[in-house]
Amino acid sequence: MRWRQAREWVIEQLIRASGISSIVMVVLIFAFLLKEGLAVFQTVPLGDFLAGQRWYPISEPPRFGILPLLCGSALVTGGAALLSVPLSIASALCISEIAKGWAKEALKTGIELFAAIPSVVLGFIGVTVLAPLIRQAFHLPTGLTALTGSITLAFMAMPTIVSITEDALSAVPRGYREAAVALGATRWQMMTRVLLPAAASGIVAAVMLGVGRVIGETMAVMMLTGNAAVIPHSLLQPVRTLTATIAAEMGETVRGSDHYSALFAIGIVLFAISFSINLVADLFLHRTRAR
Amino acid sequence: MVASDAKMAAQEWSVWYGATQALRAITLDILPREILGIIGPANSGKTSFLRSLNRMGELNPRFRCAGRIWLDGKDLYQGLDSQQVRCRVGIVFALPLPLPLSIRENVVYGPRVRGIRDRRRLDQLLEQSLRAASLWDEVKDRLDLPAMRLSGGQQQRLCIARTLAMEPEVILFDEPCSGLDPISTAKVEETMVQLKSRYTMVLVTNNTKQAARVSDRVAFFLMGELIELDRTGVMFTTPRDSRTNDYLTGRFG
Repeated sequence: MRWRQAREWVIEQLIRASGISSIVMVVLIFAFLLKEGLAVFQTVPLGDFLAGQRWYPISEPPRFGILPLLCGSALVTGGAALLSVPLSIASALCISEIAKGWAKEALKTGIELFAAIPSVVLGFIGVTVLAPLIRQAFHLPTGLTALTGSITLAFMAMPTIVSITEDALSAVPRGYREAAVALGATRWQMMTRVLLPAAASGIVAAVMLGVGRVIGETMAVMMLTGNAAVIPHSLLQPVRTLTATIAAEMGETVRGSDHYSALFAIGIVLFAISFSINLVADLFLHRTRAR
Repeated sequence: MVASDAKMAAQEWSVWYGATQALRAITLDILPREILGIIGPANSGKTSFLRSLNRMGELNPRFRCAGRIWLDGKDLYQGLDSQQVRCRVGIVFALPLPLPLSIRENVVYGPRVRGIRDRRRLDQLLEQSLRAASLWDEVKDRLDLPAMRLSGGQQQRLCIARTLAMEPEVILFDEPCSGLDPISTAKVEETMVQLKSRYTMVLVTNNTKQAARVSDRVAFFLMGELIELDRTGVMFTTPRDSRTNDYLTGRFG
């Protein structure tokens, strides 16, 4: 009896330790980011860092203004969201409301398989197929533009958005559908006026998680967006994102230098953005459950 | 058998879900401005029949049917479009399930999807339907609150109001009081009796006493067949079929 209690105690402590360790890891990572990154603000004030229009990390004196990178990330992400959100919601509606039997299963599995494609493979396809197409279509000097990145990232966000939206739609009680149809609504009216509003908070969460994935994506954008650190004026220009900057430059910096800590500071900014997106998504998901 | 003055009529009406037959050649008529009660044990086909009357049954992909149903002499399944049918023949479900909208939006949902946009007309329909469902006095000060905040009985009367706002000719009730307490039940029944002067109604119920209280005529369904149909007083005092008698006296079901 005593032995059994002891065993219970040990197991309980182990579970507690693994739970706490995941929180501790996140805190440690954040602390490490802060420690390495905050140093840059001794040479560059925070305002100049966030709003500076020039990112010349190895010029003399160096300039660490991440506005072009923020704009690049925002443009690529915004473009990807604009493309993927309508498409994803439409596919989710198709899977949950229109497709029947094996077609439904095939679509569902297919979309989920999409998530399993490594981003570098999508980037590879983008470079060899999409970029030349865009260059020819718009008569550009290069096909490596924000648009190329947006289109590819839209495909990466789709599986997340589709499957969470589809869950949200399936969670809408069948009675709502019947009630709407019984009140003389067509299937389309039922979907747009009852189903989508009823699933709205789940859909917002899905979009947020999809966008979160896009913002954090590095490999494909580095391959596809041309990496020019200038403030873009259209989707057809090369841009450089926050993530691509870190990935491209980290290998060349001297540990402890201003450039090094500037890259970590970019990491802090990215962390803050992803964190707020996840937080918003979480709030919406909880709102669904509370109802 | 089908009376010429019937509001609705079923003729040799059968329904299958996949390979299972739910209704076997039902023939009956529904007279204008009557409440027709349909009673019978579980799985007797009551609800299948009710859902055939406004073409809700066909939402189930395994639904198949044979025979005919008439509405004012027109074939429900051939001469009319399903949206049109559902506007003319409204239904109130067993579980009160308001849409996740405000009280006002729930009631004007039907008129809206039919294309009525005029604000004054919608307000008029709103008040008129809520009054007819005896709910107006209880909710007139909080029309923009979510409908989910109402009590179960109020929600069910809201569902009745929502159906009335479509200005239907026939209203189907599918065990409308199964989830309600006796006081709410009494209110819903009272509402039904008041509506009788203007609407034709069909009431499916598990509660034989309710059928006796509310309906003018009663049909007894058993295993997908119509066993007996008669005026309520006759059916409950001198049923012709022994199975009806057994059911009414509580020997089964």
